[in-house]
Amino acid sequence: MKKVVMIFMSLALVAPFSIAEQGIENVWKASTKEVGQAKYDRLSQDELQDACSTKGGVKEGYDVNVLRQKAQESIVYPKYETFDPSYYLGDWKNGESIAKNGKGLQYNDDPKDPNGGNCYACHQMAQEEVAYGTLGTTLQNYGMRGQSEVMMQYTWAKIYNPHVYNVCSMMPRFGVNGILTEQQMKDVMAYLLDPNSPVNN
Amino acid sequence: MKINMFQRMIAGLMMSASLIAPTYAQDDLDNPAWFMVDDGMALWETPNGPNDVSLEECDLGLGAGVVEGAFAQLPRYFEDTNQVMDIEARILHCMETIQGRDLVDVLAKPYSNAGGPGTEMEALVAYVASESNGMELATPQDHPAEQAAYELGEQLFYFRAGPHDFSCATCHSQSNKRIRLTELANLTNDESGPVFGSWPAYRKTEGVVRTMGWRLQSCSRQQRLTQLQIGSEATTALEVFLAVNGAGAEITAPGYKR
Ligand code: HEC
Ligand code: HEC
Repeated sequence: MKKVVMIFMSLALVAPFSIAEQGIENVWKASTKEVGQAKYDRLSQDELQDACSTKGGVKEGYDVNVLRQKAQESIVYPKYETFDPSYYLGDWKNGESIAKNGKGLQYNDDPKDPNGGNCYACHQMAQEEVAYGTLGTTLQNYGMRGQSEVMMQYTWAKIYNPHVYNVCSMMPRFGVNGILTEQQMKDVMAYLLDPNSPVNN
Repeated sequence: MKINMFQRMIAGLMMSASLIAPTYAQDDLDNPAWFMVDDGMALWETPNGPNDVSLEECDLGLGAGVVEGAFAQLPRYFEDTNQVMDIEARILHCMETIQGRDLVDVLAKPYSNAGGPGTEMEALVAYVASESNGMELATPQDHPAEQAAYELGEQLFYFRAGPHDFSCATCHSQSNKRIRLTELANLTNDESGPVFGSWPAYRKTEGVVRTMGWRLQSCSRQQRLTQLQIGSEATTALEVFLAVNGAGAEITAPGYKR
């Protein structure tokens, strides 16, 4: 219990002019507590996070093309010899619950539970689901775009690491950051692309 | 418009008797946060701690003992601590320095559980904020430390981190957007004013009064970061950023939210 007070006291002692030397990451650290699975390592930015931590656009000193190239190289596609859409597609019903599930990786979430994709926080998907956010584009009838290899690779990449296309995309990197498993991403792909999925009906 | 328990009773009587058109907005009368305001006022005036004194001598920025209008100018720089403090940090400071209290209990649980009875901090914040109801947000930017806090707040707001790469800006930097069904204001411009001015607020879904410190803590969870702490430097700087962006808006605290 004494620890709590000490934390507060040390916050109180932070001088007001010290931002520049401290660094933003350290201000977050000094102002927050590790709870559950959320540890301080989450506050250490990777290159892309740093590049995109600015009001509009990319921070000066970064080369957009290099960042996008690195994002492209980060993507691991499903393995196959000759293309067939089934290599990318799982079960759309599982995909639906993943798309609706907003839990996962918060300090009060149980790390043993599977993470959600929370696609509905940002995207319109199935017509029947009206509780959808609008930070992202509508994905209704996404399956109309067909199941060509190019289309499969595009959608996979978008979910795996959307920064390939929009260098400072607001969408999480579900693959690179391990938010979703490979199987979960295939299930979500099926939710978007399966002709029987409510997204396409 | 500020109403106290007595006025509320009178207004209630008038309305139930349908004698005269009600003087107070229905919203205000229905908002259970006003009961917390009354609790907070009582707590403010009750002696507590080893020094057995009330918080009435607490300086919230406008001089010792002045509560009216203080919230409209918080967070602000305080000479006695040489730092920018928000309402919660300042109340903690007064508990410690004036009442001589050990802050362990308060800091162990500053915010109540959903459906809970409400904490001392929540009641005090509701009371202090209500004493600026109807005034304009006028968070000062005169002292260099206040300007530095704004800049820090801005940088914190755009800081992307964690497994989801979220910053506050991901969810709060565009107008007319929603997450699921929840409308999100753009907190980088003057849309921030009515938002900042409506906290603390009674949250219908939780049945408790929540403070801005709680709100930001809850967003740090959604952001998948470590847990923002009450009165911390980041909490205060983010509040300065939000409040200054919304300068001039009318304070409607205590608010009422879904
Ligand atoms: C935090 C908001 C957010 C979340 C959560 C999110 N997205 Fe996105 N998504 C976006 C935005 C914004 C775009 C627009 C393009 C860009 O900026 O990358 C987008 C674009 C897309 C696209 C490309 C759309 C097109 O028309 O080509 C697909 C596909 C997509 N998202 C799928 C998903 C899936 C599947 C999930 C859940 C696993 C998801 N998104 C979760 C914000 C989000
Ligand atoms: C993943 C999205 C997300 C992130 C990231 C996020 N918030 Fe929020 N925030 C929300 C949602 C959703 C709500 C509304 C919640 C509700 O009404 O229950 C909200 C509410 C708020 C409110 C109150 C709005 C009102 O209308 O009263 C403030 C202020 C706020 N957030 C500030 C912040 C700050 C500052 C940060 C960064 C530390 C942040 N948020 C990060 C999603 C987010």
